[in-house]
Amino acid sequence: MSHRVTVNPITCEAHGMCAELLPERITLDEWGYPLVDDRPLHGSEVEHAMRAARACPTFALLLQRERTPRAGRVRARSG
Amino acid sequence: MSTPETTMTELHPRAGGARLDGPPALPRLLAGIRADGASTHAEHLELHGPLALGGGARRRQVREDAARLLDEVERSGLTGRGGASFPTATKMRAVAGARGRAIVVANGAEGEPASLKDRTLMETLPHLVLDGGLVAAEAVGADELIVCACESAGASVEAVELAIGERSRELSGSGSAPKVTLVSVPSHYVAGQETALLHYLGGGPAKPTFTPPLPFEQGLRRRPTLVNNAETLAHLALIARHGANWFRQLGTASQPGSTLVTLSGPVAHPGVYEIENGSSLTSLIEASGGATARVRAVLLGGYAGAWIGGELLQALALSQEHLAPHGATLGAGIILLLSEAACPVAETARVARWMADQSAHQCGPCIHGLDALAITVEQMASGSAEANAAQRADRLASLTARRGACAHPDGAVNLILSSLEVFAPEFADHARHGACEACARPPELPLPLRPVDAPGVR
Repeated sequence: MSHRVTVNPITCEAHGMCAELLPERITLDEWGYPLVDDRPLHGSEVEHAMRAARACPTFALLLQRERTPRAGRVRARSG
Repeated sequence: MSTPETTMTELHPRAGGARLDGPPALPRLLAGIRADGASTHAEHLELHGPLALGGGARRRQVREDAARLLDEVERSGLTGRGGASFPTATKMRAVAGARGRAIVVANGAEGEPASLKDRTLMETLPHLVLDGGLVAAEAVGADELIVCACESAGASVEAVELAIGERSRELSGSGSAPKVTLVSVPSHYVAGQETALLHYLGGGPAKPTFTPPLPFEQGLRRRPTLVNNAETLAHLALIARHGANWFRQLGTASQPGSTLVTLSGPVAHPGVYEIENGSSLTSLIEASGGATARVRAVLLGGYAGAWIGGELLQALALSQEHLAPHGATLGAGIILLLSEAACPVAETARVARWMADQSAHQCGPCIHGLDALAITVEQMASGSAEANAAQRADRLASLTARRGACAHPDGAVNLILSSLEVFAPEFADHARHGACEACARPPELPLPLRPVDAPGVR
């Protein structure tokens, strides 16, 4: 399981809480909107990312969980 | 640059009425075009023959028909003609494989000011688009087909309405055919974007939405939704009749078939043409009666596209694989020639401002980034920019691209960066001397608020 942070750019209103709470991953551009490093989070960062997502006044910061495919198994793709 | 393997190049002007001798010659889509109004269903059938869809009653039969159709589309190599050139069969399979009854949307909401091909198609050959929609519906198992036309293109709305009326018994939703409806959608630039269109059809504003879920999983009314460009569907109507091998007799290996393009700028007869993919730009210009002025550069792909300098025009082939090395694509088939008499800096400033205004104003980086870019280019045009304006533009470009819910900011940034590169001498000249004499000339690039001679319309 790996986690990434992303932003819904439509609901984001540049409150900037995320950059306060997750500075290791988020900086703000010149208009106050988040610039997000969306590579998988390190284990120790997940807790901070959750806190930042909960703190966003417009719920625009999203924490995405991704299942890492198990090694040695090839998943068949339909279609 | 090498020329494509298939060298046959035929072009067909929009106003022509020549009868097609038979596949595979061009014109294909535009074969049935009349000088006056839309072709009737009877004329359409006489030219192209009946559309033989499965129409099976048993579920197993329906599934087999759909699978056969999907295989044929895949073999044809048809790619989307709305701008992204995505493989049509891949999109269809995703919709067909998603849970729930599918809906097909024929996207004729052409928001690009320099594109006229979809409205031309719907205005003159509505039955080709309807047929394509029926084919797509069978392939993905849809029971609804929604045809979207641009509200500013009244003639195309009327033509599709009449065409549906002509076939009312067939298209009422009874029996195996889907129910067909027509919706006219707002004509602003981003309204034709896939999620914006679905947002509008679902009762919201015609503005993009945040994905996922993508339309193929959960589109209109949370049902899997196939959104295809009107021209893509028209090709599908002919592929269903003549097969994949016929389709591939024209074009290149990775982009088979023909494409509709909208040619504008200093040529004798601007308008909508059907070209073979991979054919040369010079042959298109010849077919349009030749250039009426010396050409400084050509814009491919419209206002989300890229410029190619005039010195490369002679060798330019119109296919994705030939254009990619120049950072360009054919996009939705928009080809704009800019004459040497125009000021490319002033033209870029006007387009940059227009693209900023066309933002749906939903995403901060798009709202602020495109506005700041437009201001920077306007200052460069007037000679009032600071010395580091080019670096500022680069920085703004990287702050703006890929940060919106849709690709609108990416397209605008693409165009501005391409302008800065291709017109570097003119930008340098403006930085030194300010506005030039040509800056005051009437605009050449068409924008809705500053009407110039729109090509190909009466």
